[in-house]
Amino acid sequence: MWILLLLPFIGLLWVPFYNSLEPALFGFPFFYWYQLAWVPISSLLIWLVYRSRTPDEAP
Amino acid sequence: MAERIDWIALTIFLFFFALVTVMGFFAARWKSGPVSAHLDEWGLGGRQFGTWITWFLVGGDFYTAYTVIAVPALVYAVGAYGFFALPYTIIVYPFVFAVMPVLWKTAHANGYVTAADVVHGIYNSRGLELAVAITGMVATMPYIALQLIGMGVVIKAMGLSGELPIVAAFIVLALYTYSSGLRAPALIAFVKDIMIYIVVLVAVVVVPAKLGGYGAVFAAANEAFTAKGGDTGLILKPSQMLPYATLAFGSALAAFMYPHTLTGIFASKSADTIRKNAILLPAYTLLLGLIALLGYMAYAANIKVTSNNDVVPVLFKVLFPSWFAGFAFSAIASARWCRPR
Repeated sequence: MWILLLLPFIGLLWVPFYNSLEPALFGFPFFYWYQLAWVPISSLLIWLVYRSRTPDEAP
Repeated sequence: MAERIDWIALTIFLFFFALVTVMGFFAARWKSGPVSAHLDEWGLGGRQFGTWITWFLVGGDFYTAYTVIAVPALVYAVGAYGFFALPYTIIVYPFVFAVMPVLWKTAHANGYVTAADVVHGIYNSRGLELAVAITGMVATMPYIALQLIGMGVVIKAMGLSGELPIVAAFIVLALYTYSSGLRAPALIAFVKDIMIYIVVLVAVVVVPAKLGGYGAVFAAANEAFTAKGGDTGLILKPSQMLPYATLAFGSALAAFMYPHTLTGIFASKSADTIRKNAILLPAYTLLLGLIALLGYMAYAANIKVTSNNDVVPVLFKVLFPSWFAGFAFSAIASARWCRPR
């Protein structure tokens, strides 16, 4: 599961993939909505990893 | 910029400044524990902050006047390149999730208060400890300078001139931080961050509505960048792509090594508090992305400024009534800094 944490790095650091105006969404060029979309996606991925791990022992 | 004093905006600004100051001094008594004499109490608020307090504290410390003033100013000046703050503040969280709970456990088990303590504890070297402490202080200087610039531009936007108001504000902030420690920023963060959320949500809905929608905002910015030429534009030039990625990556690795962010981590109640915050803190990143677009909205609103940092205050002044501008300025200015060391 921990491998999911690497996805945001790949999605956002491979800049040539998203450096374009089209396809636009609600007036936002691709460059902008694609990066904004990674905010909830990253949260979700971290949450999935959080759920899958064994909890800490009670202090 | 007009030199006339905007009394309505100024009155509202002073009201909130007074409120924040009272809270700052009052904070000393908030959740105070039995060991008030210990550095843990002053520096880390007693290491007892749960998920929500940590969320407000780290969010307020990490996303400051830099976010509200400097990011839109950079986006206004160069376009897409200024947007690197967005990928930076996204990829920082998988890193925080994986690394910071481990660091927290070490700090908690051994009573470390700062990054320098951790380094001394692990490597047992006074020289290394000193180097880390000094690096932390030097690296924080530009942040503090940015806070002052942020406060300066809103004070200027209300028609006050000179350095005196900024000096006075700085002294007040330093005094309550000295008296209350980390409790002051933690308590104030509630008020300030809620204000910022209100301001930004209103701005990103109302401003494009007044200017003809986001399509029109991007079109106006595109036109301005085409006229301006150089390394500007709605997307990156080929030569900017690698710097964009490395800036985002390097900034993300460094972000939680700063004293003001690491303090928020060490002040957490548990390692799990930090993990939950890695999931919840991106809400601030969404806000940052939308705030960055204020730089483009300035083009749609035909705003011309001599200094890029004035973009957001001037935009608010032009598009909003005085009372809301005053509210927005208080929100920006109450972005405060970490403890002086």
